[in-house]
Amino acid sequence: MTELSGRHVVYCGVCTLPPEYCEYGGTVKKCQQWLEKNQPTMYSRIWSPEVLEAEMASLSVEAQERAMKDAKKKAAKAEAAERKDADKRANSVVTIKRIERNKRKYVTSVSGLEAFGLELKKVAKDFGKKFATGSSVTKVPSGGEEIVVQGDVSGEIEEFILEKYKEVPEDNIELVEDKKKKKGEGN
Amino acid sequence: MFKKDITPSPKQKLKSSIQRNLRQSLLTTYPLLTPFIDDIIPKKASLEQIKLPDRVSLYVIDGTTPLFFQADTPSQQNTIVPHLKLVHRFPQCFPTIRIDRGAIRFVLSGATLMAPGLTSKGGRLPMPHERPPREKSAAEAENADDIEVPNEGADEEGHWSRELEKGEPVVVVAEGKEEACAVGVLVAGTKEIKEKGKGPVIEEAHFLGDGLWRMALD
Ligand SMILES: [Zn+2]
Repeated sequence: MTELSGRHVVYCGVCTLPPEYCEYGGTVKKCQQWLEKNQPTMYSRIWSPEVLEAEMASLSVEAQERAMKDAKKKAAKAEAAERKDADKRANSVVTIKRIERNKRKYVTSVSGLEAFGLELKKVAKDFGKKFATGSSVTKVPSGGEEIVVQGDVSGEIEEFILEKYKEVPEDNIELVEDKKKKKGEGN
Repeated sequence: MFKKDITPSPKQKLKSSIQRNLRQSLLTTYPLLTPFIDDIIPKKASLEQIKLPDRVSLYVIDGTTPLFFQADTPSQQNTIVPHLKLVHRFPQCFPTIRIDRGAIRFVLSGATLMAPGLTSKGGRLPMPHERPPREKSAAEAENADDIEVPNEGADEEGHWSRELEKGEPVVVVAEGKEEACAVGVLVAGTKEIKEKGKGPVIEEAHFLGDGLWRMALD
């Protein structure tokens, strides 16, 4: 880095803060593991026993107790959030639907990916690139959003999702077909 | 100000005249950035505006690098406040105060910064002092439209070299830490803070891990 573009600061790959502030988040253990693996020098500077001792010594006993209690509370909160997230994922379904628009003209809609922490806009772009076709995020009447890909790529898209987004388990994907309804058929 | 998660509205490109004005305002507020301005806002880069809730506008360069924000509110008065990522790149260019270690977790949870966190042993408030004359960088000498760069900065102990006024933006650093943890507008001058030793110092700060920090830019 040149002087002009400024300093380049390393941020924690887990909690995104400068690693010296990881202790204030609820993911300290994970942060430490990340830092030890990715920035070993920084890790030993921040988490060495001597440094930790000196830090504690500069706080009053009362403040130490409060800080410990606070840290415990935060960790518990983060754990609960993580559990909730895992539950949500386990119960979510990604639906890939082949929809007949006109005779022999299809689009493929994919819904439910957001439950797995995926950003729909990005995924839509990936689909577009992968299948060299139009792909966009559209609102659905029920309130959420889904990705609509031009053409019938339902089979390939399932494979692609499994390969690229490992966070989506195979059991949570379902393939359905939506035949175009004839006039007057209703819902 | 950014305690909650933020859903940004789409980016808007700014006209080059507005871009020039913002660049000038940034330098007027932070003249110490002058030697680095062509790197912060390169002449060819596009400066974009993202509207955030509560009448806040964030400015980003090339879509992904946040620079600073302005809040059109009575307390902030559109003061240009740097995003912490910009502060981390150019820490020496922003007036600072320092909080003691005990105050860090309060600031990082969005609490109002109070005077005792600064007047204690681990805290630092400005202490006016003489500084050796500063050397002009090559970039500065080149720039004709420049603003005079003031000779100010922190001493070895971390005391800024002039008192800061109420309404001035200030960066908050922390005892034992290298990087800044918050930035905001002073609701009391630093002289007054030292004299009174109590009361609020910064009410609505942008701090590490807040909604603005976590907001995805892409
Ligand atoms: Zn971390």
